[in-house]
Amino acid sequence: MTPEKGPVLTGAHFMLGDQACAEGAIYAGCRFFAGYPITPATEVAERMAERLPSIGGQYIQMEDEIGSIAAVLGASVAGVRAMTATSGPGFSLMQENLGLGFMMEVPCVVVNVQRGGPSTGLPTSVGQQDMMQARFGSHGDYQAIAYTPSSPQEAFELTIQAFSTAERLRTPVLVMMDEVVGHMRERVVIPEPGKRTIASRRLPSVPPSEYRPYRVDDDLVPEMALAGGGYSVRMTSLTHDELGRAVTDTATQSVLVPRLLRKVIEHREVYEQYELRHVKDAEVLVVAYGITGRSATGAVETARARGAKVGLFRPRTVWPFPSEAFLRAARTVRRVVVAEINMGQVVLEIERLVAGRCPVVRVTSPGGEVLSPERILEACGQERAVKGKR
Amino acid sequence: MTPPSDERRVLTPETESAPPRHHPLDSVLRSEVLPHIWCPGCGIGVALGAFLQGLDRAGIPLEKRVLVGGIGCSSRVVYYARADAYHTTHGRAIPFATGIKLANPSLHVTVFAGDGDLFAIGGNHFIHAARRNMDLLVVCINNFNYGMTGGQAGPTTPHDAKTTTTPSGNFEFPFNLPQLAAAVGAVYVARWTTLDVRRLRDCFTEAAGKQGFRFVEVLAPCPVSFGKNNDIGSGLDEMDYYRGLEQVWGTPGGLPSRIEVREGSDLSGTDISLHRPIIVGKFVDRARPTFLDNYKAVLTAKGKAP
Repeated sequence: MTPEKGPVLTGAHFMLGDQACAEGAIYAGCRFFAGYPITPATEVAERMAERLPSIGGQYIQMEDEIGSIAAVLGASVAGVRAMTATSGPGFSLMQENLGLGFMMEVPCVVVNVQRGGPSTGLPTSVGQQDMMQARFGSHGDYQAIAYTPSSPQEAFELTIQAFSTAERLRTPVLVMMDEVVGHMRERVVIPEPGKRTIASRRLPSVPPSEYRPYRVDDDLVPEMALAGGGYSVRMTSLTHDELGRAVTDTATQSVLVPRLLRKVIEHREVYEQYELRHVKDAEVLVVAYGITGRSATGAVETARARGAKVGLFRPRTVWPFPSEAFLRAARTVRRVVVAEINMGQVVLEIERLVAGRCPVVRVTSPGGEVLSPERILEACGQERAVKGKR
Repeated sequence: MTPPSDERRVLTPETESAPPRHHPLDSVLRSEVLPHIWCPGCGIGVALGAFLQGLDRAGIPLEKRVLVGGIGCSSRVVYYARADAYHTTHGRAIPFATGIKLANPSLHVTVFAGDGDLFAIGGNHFIHAARRNMDLLVVCINNFNYGMTGGQAGPTTPHDAKTTTTPSGNFEFPFNLPQLAAAVGAVYVARWTTLDVRRLRDCFTEAAGKQGFRFVEVLAPCPVSFGKNNDIGSGLDEMDYYRGLEQVWGTPGGLPSRIEVREGSDLSGTDISLHRPIIVGKFVDRARPTFLDNYKAVLTAKGKAP
């Protein structure tokens, strides 16, 4: 590694998904990382601890995950792109201050390399059991944005996307990795700096005397004054008005909370990503994300090789779920198969969208290992063929 | 930095037609959001006044001032001072402030919070920020109870004191905050009451001029919650009560007979009881490399500085 040549580590590398995630953050301009060791996310922190100091960044190991997310929010309000990485137990601890990030509208990235739960569960083994927590884990109404990479290369790319989305929409963004993607070592190609479009938060366009911290136009994303910028910034976790004043009444709440939701929902073009495979004539549609997306790809290709009309919908953004794209892909199917390493989480969203128009088959797991392509094939009605081939 | 006129109108309609009033601290206060939320007799406003005067005297420019609060009456201070102000979550002001300081080391960052916020829910962050010698000024308004929620017992409620959750008297022992702060590495530790306005102001001036983890405990009356539950009376009565007990560190009656403490001095005498002298003063004033000093030194030594 030759960081002396510049912050971005360009070229082809053989690295862990966790490390690729860290490199994606650095590529996106992240210069602050606060974290707490936890399997299987520790390698993100280790990479940042090694890389950030020599490129003018700051690594700090906090006393816990609560402190980590709080420090990340603090760094961001002072104008530095910031990230933390954790796994289930730490993600649980971060929920309250994630809500602070949504409420104050602080751009930042939180990585969760998922392992099996609940509680300490399976620290070194895979899970995708925090998907609903990612969506609803903090109290109150808010709209989370969550990416789900399926490979180290995607961990690199989607971490960049996460920063861009966070800056564009002034909101925390989640990268919901899983243990296998995090600990998988693969080829990662890092482009030259400037080859990816990365948004920056809008700074105040008016002098301090005219600045209204939460004034928005049709874009719904307010301009952000930074600490030390001479704007006498006022930000609060309480319900607040356009001036950032705490006003705890129904009228103010009725303006603020719907805007926070709409700001995300009405900007799908900023973050929505998914992969379609063989969906045009599909009779069975498999939905899978993260490492399970890899198993599902194998299953779909095997089915196609046998002449079965099976397609794949692989969301790279799980929240907000790409519902219109999914419904288009599922228009002609007679069965939807949802595979995920949990006992049924994202499938609830699929069932809601399908609304009884066809069967939705769940391929579930309590966690611990990757779902095999065979189990997904079986759910697609391809069980006999698989066994016959063996 | 004059606030927009409609802002004033929204908040204080009754003052719109009144002749303009001036307060010596108007230039460093957000007068447009007054009146404040604090109860009659509360000591937090006095502490804020002393703090703002102290920062002025220390020459901290307005645009370099950052205030971070948690949740509770004392954390509301951040609303009223003209500074970059962040009202965060309960107990988490110190790590939030840590992020700001590390992202922009040129800022003067103060955490203003209450005893429950800093030492119950946020205790872990306090001890670790002090251990790291993070360059923060931490001000604890200690009113011995959770005021905003109506007067429950907290980590500094004196033994035997009554609160709504210790109706028969507190059977727990409180933290001795100066001793705790000194033990975990604070470079400046002082305690004053809100009666000691000038000494408190000078203490803030001195603390603001230093680097590293600085801790100032301000004993403040909370007549509506703590005072009432303990039959002390009004805010002034509560302060009179404390004044009757107060002894200044380094003066006859105060312990021990010197004004500054050498590292390792015994601060066990600074614990607070409502039946014994309350020791106030400056307890610790020492130099130690800050987190960022050490960060840079290590990186430079290893040739890893950018």
